[in-house]
Amino acid sequence: MTSWWRTKHHAYERINDRTFDLLCITSAFVLAVHAGHLAIWLTLALFVALGLRWWQRRYRPGRVPGWLKVPMLAFLVGAVVLDYGNLFGREPGSALAAGLLVLKLSESEAPRDARVAAAFACFLLMAALLFGQGMVATLVVALGLLPALTTWRSLEPTQTSPTLPRQLLPALGLLVASMPLALTAFVLVPRLSTPLWGNNSQSAAHTGLSDHMSPNEFNELLTDDTAAMRVSFDGPPPPQDQRYFRAFVMWNYDGHDWQRSEQPVSTSIPVEAARTISYHISLEPTHQHVLPTLDVPLAAPLQSQAHTDGEVLADKPVDEVREYELRSAVNYRFQPNLDIATRMHALQLPDGFDPRTHALAEQWRQRYGHDNAAIIRAALNMFHNDGFSYTLLPAPLGRDAVDDFLFNTHEGFCEHYASAFTVLMRAAGIPARVVTGFQGGFWNKIGQYLLVRNADAHAWSEVWLEGRGWVRIDPTAAVRPQRISQGAASAAGNQLPWYQEGFLESMRNQWDIVNRWWNQSVIGFDALRQRGLLTPFGIRDADIGLLTRLLVICITAFGALGLAWALWRRPEGDPALAALRSLERKLAHAGVVRRRSEGPQHFLRRASRALPGQRVELDHLMRCYIELRYATVEPSTESLRTFRQAVRNFHPRRMV
Amino acid sequence: MSVRAQWQRLQHWAERRLPALTRHRRQEDLPIELHRRRIYIVPTGFGMAFTLLLLVMMVGSLNYSNNAGLLLTCLLGAATSISMLVAFRTLNGLRIRGVRAGHAVAGEPIDVTFDFEARHARQAVRLDIGEATQAFDVKERTDVTVSIPTEHRGWLSIPRLRVWTTWPMGLFRAWSWVNPHYAVLVWPRPEITGPGPTLPLEDHRRQRLHVGEDLASLRDYRSGDSMRHVAWKASARHENLLVKDYEQPQANQEWRLDWRHLRGLDNEARIARLARWLGDALAQGRQWSLWLPSEAIGIGGGPSHYARCMSALAVLP
Repeated sequence: MTSWWRTKHHAYERINDRTFDLLCITSAFVLAVHAGHLAIWLTLALFVALGLRWWQRRYRPGRVPGWLKVPMLAFLVGAVVLDYGNLFGREPGSALAAGLLVLKLSESEAPRDARVAAAFACFLLMAALLFGQGMVATLVVALGLLPALTTWRSLEPTQTSPTLPRQLLPALGLLVASMPLALTAFVLVPRLSTPLWGNNSQSAAHTGLSDHMSPNEFNELLTDDTAAMRVSFDGPPPPQDQRYFRAFVMWNYDGHDWQRSEQPVSTSIPVEAARTISYHISLEPTHQHVLPTLDVPLAAPLQSQAHTDGEVLADKPVDEVREYELRSAVNYRFQPNLDIATRMHALQLPDGFDPRTHALAEQWRQRYGHDNAAIIRAALNMFHNDGFSYTLLPAPLGRDAVDDFLFNTHEGFCEHYASAFTVLMRAAGIPARVVTGFQGGFWNKIGQYLLVRNADAHAWSEVWLEGRGWVRIDPTAAVRPQRISQGAASAAGNQLPWYQEGFLESMRNQWDIVNRWWNQSVIGFDALRQRGLLTPFGIRDADIGLLTRLLVICITAFGALGLAWALWRRPEGDPALAALRSLERKLAHAGVVRRRSEGPQHFLRRASRALPGQRVELDHLMRCYIELRYATVEPSTESLRTFRQAVRNFHPRRMV
Repeated sequence: MSVRAQWQRLQHWAERRLPALTRHRRQEDLPIELHRRRIYIVPTGFGMAFTLLLLVMMVGSLNYSNNAGLLLTCLLGAATSISMLVAFRTLNGLRIRGVRAGHAVAGEPIDVTFDFEARHARQAVRLDIGEATQAFDVKERTDVTVSIPTEHRGWLSIPRLRVWTTWPMGLFRAWSWVNPHYAVLVWPRPEITGPGPTLPLEDHRRQRLHVGEDLASLRDYRSGDSMRHVAWKASARHENLLVKDYEQPQANQEWRLDWRHLRGLDNEARIARLARWLGDALAQGRQWSLWLPSEAIGIGGGPSHYARCMSALAVLP
């Protein structure tokens, strides 16, 4: 009995082929979930190395020689440094770790190596979630746990040898059984309100709305169909043509680019609202400060500031899903009194650009006098009637971009129209500015929310009119009204990739409800939401101490449940006796109660006398039972099954 | 003194002083059922390391407020704790119904078979006995045979066994000490060479036997048969020679082995010689009787008689 703590591996020194296969599957899974952010050639090289190692071990068994490992390691480190510039950080770190896993496999022969490799693979699977925690990604990663857990299981010296898919099943069962405890822990583990180290800013995976606008450059956002935000309204949603979500307001034009300009911060935006609407926005990470709002917000949500032009900027960049509540005006007079400085700002144009546009504006001004509304109408009529078309891939514009667009190319998308229109207005002496944001979105009936995609990004104009304040004018609507009434996809015509077309698009729109649920209940479950967890139970603010206590209580409860399961033993009860008891209950219900002194034979005889209509059945039951009990020492399972079946089928008719 | 020796001393001390803790039980009668009060469970080294990894994963995902990662970590953690219960359940309710032992002479390993029983199937249970480990699955009833090394003749108590498992994932080790009240009998080792037994009455017996010829049957000729016994008439009708087989007590082949005839030898040498003679007698198909100071065993033959005589030799003082 010496050294009992030492694991004995005498008979299992070398892992078997099945274990190694499982290990290879695990590693392939890890490579696959990391493929999205590794360099393609590195992914391919690692896959090839994995495949070679598998082939080598299967057909030329043995360890990979030591002299090969050092160059492979050097190659890996070199490749990572070459590609990322350094070894540290999220991307290079995961690339290096994925490579190390493959290298580890090259020397995995002993059970210990296999265990360590599978544990490392678990870590890498979790690391893959740092790059994106969508629901599908998480599910795929969780699926990757199956081969890892099965690898460990296959190291145990069991004598059964199921097929590979069957071998994976117990691990799936284990994961499913772990769900309740895992979810409880997930809800109750206290979240950190501030990170322990580092900051959470991540490099932008998606380019969100830009804080400047240059119509001459292609805007990738317009074909990016990932979700930008989800909006739910208190009450009915506004109609499609009023779903304008303001993000940036562009003031400064240099002949090429529109830039936003920091307007003064104000606690209340200068708007006289006739009708307001309350809503809730769940914004996908943009890594920017701006919070899109419907039309004109009345005040800024928490931890953000509103500017007089209606922009709302958060204090910190939106690096995670952000939820905020807002109230906006839909019928309003926005800043009806314009001070002179702002007015000058809204008329500013660069010198020496777009002479023909200026000339056209002058011409209109002379024709319509002081009737600003008429000038606006003239501009919109021009867009509508003079052969302008909407396209996501317009011809490039020259130095005088607006001139070129208005008088030569006649084609463009919302940015072109908003830019040209605003320049025209300013040239005609009407204060104007460009607003970018989102327009439209898909109304999900089941989830009762509006899904706004990045492709719904839009740009429009606001002009300032005496007595009405800033008025939204959407020149794109003059050219392509369905852009506004039906959304971005219908306006783009056949310029969209296949997966954004027709029924597929509508299916994806419906499916989005799941993403929304995932975002709200899993990803968006932060420290703030956690503190409000117990609000339904009257506890406003669940602090860390309370959460920890709850966690301990719940884990103890689960432990007790688990122990009960572990300690529970199948009752040794005699199945024939159990069936007889069931029969007795049925008969008692019908009025024939077994007396204490009565043996089964007497009792059933009496029952058949009492229920003459079922005499045959009862006699049969009695004979079955007597035979089962006394005919043989060990009754056959066959006769037992017959008896139980007969009891189950027996339904006594009540005595009259 | 090495660390391991120190540890062993500590272990022995603990077993002496804290029997409840180390389960240094008195020997128990069979059947033995493993239950919660005698099953211990601790994480394996790998289990500890994995727990550490889980902690790192948890802190990491909390720090980067990565909820999906946290969910995954919680899932793994829950699976780990369930695997602990599964490990316990693998042993809980396992019964050792009985033990059977084979035969072996001193110095050779003896096969001991344990009869395990479980109401639900168990996988990857292991049995440590001495330095040997045997892995097995239990489905209702399973026999597990292990070899125990032997040194001396006589009764050998089965050493304390450890029934253990790391099923299902090698993260936890559940074990239980079992000390069954059972001893196996180790036969004496026969000497390698030596004189044959002295057989004083042989000639006289043979003489006497030939008087009363009593034909029982015919059998095939075997080399060494006397020509006088060949049944020539019958053989003429047959392919090979037939021999008249006389029903005789075969006293010509009977050995009367006697402890008292072996003078001038010490006890163990006497036992070793008798053991060799027993083996020879069995191999030659003879009948024999054995007289020992403890008992006198009458004439008999065959393996069961051999086993009886060897056992009697084994238990001699």
